[in-house]
Amino acid sequence: MTEGLLASPEGTLVILIVAVLAHEPFRWLGLYLGHGIDAQSEIFAWVRAVATALVAGLVTRLVLFPVGALAEVPLLIRLTAFGAGIGIYLGTNRHLGAGVFGSATILLAMQFLMQ
Amino acid sequence: MLVALSTPGAILMASSAGFGALANDAGMSLFNAIFMMGVFFALPAQVVMMDQLARGGSIIGGALAVALTGVRLVPMMVTIMPLLVRPPAALSRRLAAAHFVAITAWLEGLRILPHLAKHRRMTCFLGIGTGMVGATLVGTSLGFELAESVPQAFSAGLLFLTPIYFFLSLMAAARLTMDWLAIVVGAFLGPVFYVLTPGLDLLFTGLIGGTAAYVAGRRFDGILEEEE
Repeated sequence: MTEGLLASPEGTLVILIVAVLAHEPFRWLGLYLGHGIDAQSEIFAWVRAVATALVAGLVTRLVLFPVGALAEVPLLIRLTAFGAGIGIYLGTNRHLGAGVFGSATILLAMQFLMQ
Repeated sequence: MLVALSTPGAILMASSAGFGALANDAGMSLFNAIFMMGVFFALPAQVVMMDQLARGGSIIGGALAVALTGVRLVPMMVTIMPLLVRPPAALSRRLAAAHFVAITAWLEGLRILPHLAKHRRMTCFLGIGTGMVGATLVGTSLGFELAESVPQAFSAGLLFLTPIYFFLSLMAAARLTMDWLAIVVGAFLGPVFYVLTPGLDLLFTGLIGGTAAYVAGRRFDGILEEEE
């Protein structure tokens, strides 16, 4: 049903509708609520846990079941580069850039070394 | 505008290049990729939606997962808006500022704004946001085009930017025990639900994993408090 949708003008419309109905309203809600509620409240702690788990699950899905060019890279290399990225991040006093670029560089280097 | 050239700007550009490469990989048109970057301006929601549709999932399922990632924007808005709306700003400026609120602009806003005079904050934040959106649109186009023209090993590297950037951002934002639990539980449940319930896997991972992390995290904090 959704075959080819991402490349079509109908896809543009779907993107716009989902953004305006399912995404942007949360920004408006935050604007409306303003400072009237406590950002540290329980409901937000739960919301953050749900969003965090969802994105963490998305990450492992992208790494373990990639599509396209990344699928050509052996699993061992993907996992090593991922672990190395976390290691570099922690080892550089939590420098996000060092972790992200270091990880991608290691993925690249290992592909050439393993050839 | 110089903020777009700083470290967060560079990361944002690279991660949006990763998104552009993913979009190309998922069979998206360049126009739709750039359009999506602009109207969402929140990479997790974009990747969720795109990945869902690319794997043949339903639009409704994708929209629900998008909404679950979008709820986290509410507390971000609630914490940054008090810095921006005194003195009161026009609704159009507030809506524009709201659109720029996503993890990177939010972190930069919280870091920079308190050091500025109150009347300059809104204008400055709109500048930061505009610069960041501009950087991501350029980054998306670059990633999209590069993914096609560079050797396979390089486009794999581009595609790898998204997951590692997301994961390290989660680690950077984690404060409570439950945040760390949510990262670990979500990372394990993601692939499990992907195999068991494809299409609904992200919804289940978020709701079940996040709730479990919340409950366990609260218990754990409770135990610590009792011991003290």
